[in-house]
Amino acid sequence: MNTAGFGRILAMIVKELWAVLRDPRARITLIAPPLLQLILFSAAATLEVKNITVGVYNRDGGAASAEFINQLAGSPDVQRLIPLHSAQDVSAAIDDQRVIAVVEFDEGFSRAVAARHTATVQAIFDGRRSNAAQIVSSYFERIAAATGAALRPAARPAGEVIITNWFNPNLDYLWFIMPSLVVTISSLSALSVTVQSVARERELGTFDQLMVSPLRLHEILIGKMTPPLLIGLFNGTLYLIVIPLIYGVPMTGAVGSFYFALIFCQLAIIGIGMFVSALSQTQQQGFLGMFLVTVPMTLLSGFASPVANMPWWLQIVAQANPQMHFMIISEGLFLKAMPFADVLANTWPLIVIAAVTLTAATLQFRSRVE
Amino acid sequence: MSARWNRRRFGAMLVKETLQILRDPSTFLIAFVLPVVLIFLYGFGVNLDTARTRIALSVQDDGGAAQSLAGAFQHSRWFEVVTTGDLAAMQRDMVAGRVRGIVVIPADFSQHIARGSGGDIQVITDGSSPNTASFVGAYAQGVQSAWAAAYQFDRGRHVVPAIAIDQRFWFNPELASRFFLVPGAIAIVMTMIGTLLTALVIAREWERGTMEAIMATPISMSEFMATKVIPYFVLGLGSMTLCAMLAVFVFGVPFRGSPLALLAISSAFLVPALGQGLFISAATKNQFVASQIALLTAFLPGMMLSGFLFEISSMPRWIRTVTYLVPARYLIPPLQTVFVAGDDWSLFLPDMAAMLGFGLVFFALAVRATRRRIA
Repeated sequence: MNTAGFGRILAMIVKELWAVLRDPRARITLIAPPLLQLILFSAAATLEVKNITVGVYNRDGGAASAEFINQLAGSPDVQRLIPLHSAQDVSAAIDDQRVIAVVEFDEGFSRAVAARHTATVQAIFDGRRSNAAQIVSSYFERIAAATGAALRPAARPAGEVIITNWFNPNLDYLWFIMPSLVVTISSLSALSVTVQSVARERELGTFDQLMVSPLRLHEILIGKMTPPLLIGLFNGTLYLIVIPLIYGVPMTGAVGSFYFALIFCQLAIIGIGMFVSALSQTQQQGFLGMFLVTVPMTLLSGFASPVANMPWWLQIVAQANPQMHFMIISEGLFLKAMPFADVLANTWPLIVIAAVTLTAATLQFRSRVE
Repeated sequence: MSARWNRRRFGAMLVKETLQILRDPSTFLIAFVLPVVLIFLYGFGVNLDTARTRIALSVQDDGGAAQSLAGAFQHSRWFEVVTTGDLAAMQRDMVAGRVRGIVVIPADFSQHIARGSGGDIQVITDGSSPNTASFVGAYAQGVQSAWAAAYQFDRGRHVVPAIAIDQRFWFNPELASRFFLVPGAIAIVMTMIGTLLTALVIAREWERGTMEAIMATPISMSEFMATKVIPYFVLGLGSMTLCAMLAVFVFGVPFRGSPLALLAISSAFLVPALGQGLFISAATKNQFVASQIALLTAFLPGMMLSGFLFEISSMPRWIRTVTYLVPARYLIPPLQTVFVAGDDWSLFLPDMAAMLGFGLVFFALAVRATRRRIA
């Protein structure tokens, strides 16, 4: 590239940065949402089920059921027990979502325990919240085992399963959320800046003016790509500082590897944004198109649920999703000290996605001009 | 602007607004393509019901008991054993994310079992995905205890547990997560149409100055608001109906309530959603800023603070207080109930009243912001 070309690109980049940063309200929307999302997510996103209310319908009244209820009341996850007095009470409490579950003891419960039979507790759960219900049912299993052990100590010691959690010893959900947020939030801001800058100029007709200027198409595109890349890198850096310092999530991998992967992830995302804006005529179409892309991208990234749980054909579709690849890298670098070879293995799909989408966008723009 | 309603004028404006919406392909994208995509993704993609998890299995003992337990892991419906042998290779697989857990049966395992002195095994999980890790731990315990009971039983030692739990999950016995995710997707789609789309479209009119042109006509404020809002209200209900049909007929989500109740609940939610969209557009008058604010104040809280993905009761107290300000919080319980449980008006009515209350506030704010802009 000659110096004139370099000068043109530089001028274009300066113009683009001005366009993005000029409006004070737009400036705020670049910084405030990422931070607000960080605060909200860190507080709200939890897969634990705590502070639950459980209904108790006790027709037994013996020592064994009293022991079970004691153990239940002592559980740190249970906030309140509501005594229920009839089958109608039980269904009303569940229907109105006053309780997530009900435990019910029949008349012979304590007698069965005393007779060394297996005594059965009925547990009814609100299946509308099936995920929470499942977790509560695992709490009940634990309480049943503890009560059983207290009532009837075993003669022979049974073998145990000793569980060790690597990379995140206490299975703190925050440690998973934070490295994922780096991915979803930096992608969202890069995408919205890209779409906005191109679609706005198209709507106002100034994009055609750029096209007839001495700038070449690739120079325009490089100029358009720079602000979102810089903003993505800025947000990435912000998170890289805030996450270990404020949230105490360790950053065990190499910072260089992180930036290496971040740059290619941003380029892949920007490529997608360019392609979406190449297809839209107005800002509105651009935004909505962006939304149509962002929601599936986030859902298929492994953030909402593991990619391994998806059907095989959707796992193939997910390969085209930059967020999915960067999610593996981010989790790996923050928690697992992922070596560069593994980072590279997950980065090359990002390079392919960036190359394909940017080429497609360029062709689309060119065909519009001719 | 006069304060009088005129039926002919109102009709003409309504036709104009409706045509404007129908003409734009992006409206079609959001109202009909996005719902389909979302429902399919929630139906297929977002699966919280764990499939078989890939694990590594290290058996360091040749004894019969160890081999029999290893067989139990290999044939478990919860696990897929992908690597065996070298521990160092297993560790690399964990870092690369190829396996989510390592089960180690130690060298003295069979000896301990034979002597009746325990027989512990070790399970290492990948804590970087805490949800999967806790499933791996729990399922490994399940495999081990089922195996131990069968092993003891074969040798004539029959140990009965003191307490068993008979579990029943009402409304959703198979615990399919799509039963609650798909109604949640409806909430997202209505937020998108009600708030994001409305905010964008009207902000555009402000940006281009066509809003002032309409304001200069004799149309009254309430007529004006109604003509802006009614087409989106109908669009929102149409898109909700599409979602509900897909959920029920394609994904087998039960529909035990009445269509009337579903319609009433959705309409009650669209009021605050549209009011919020109107208010955002009048307050910002800029498409980019409006879209960002709509995303931040409607879409994200709708996803995260509505109880759709995350349990509200488990959140810290201050954020639980914040959830009371999110209209979608009052939509999720009645919506889930009308699908999987049935009509329960004692649950629906208070939630609908709350949503309508928010709607009133938002519309009042929108009227104020619009008035101020013109003056």
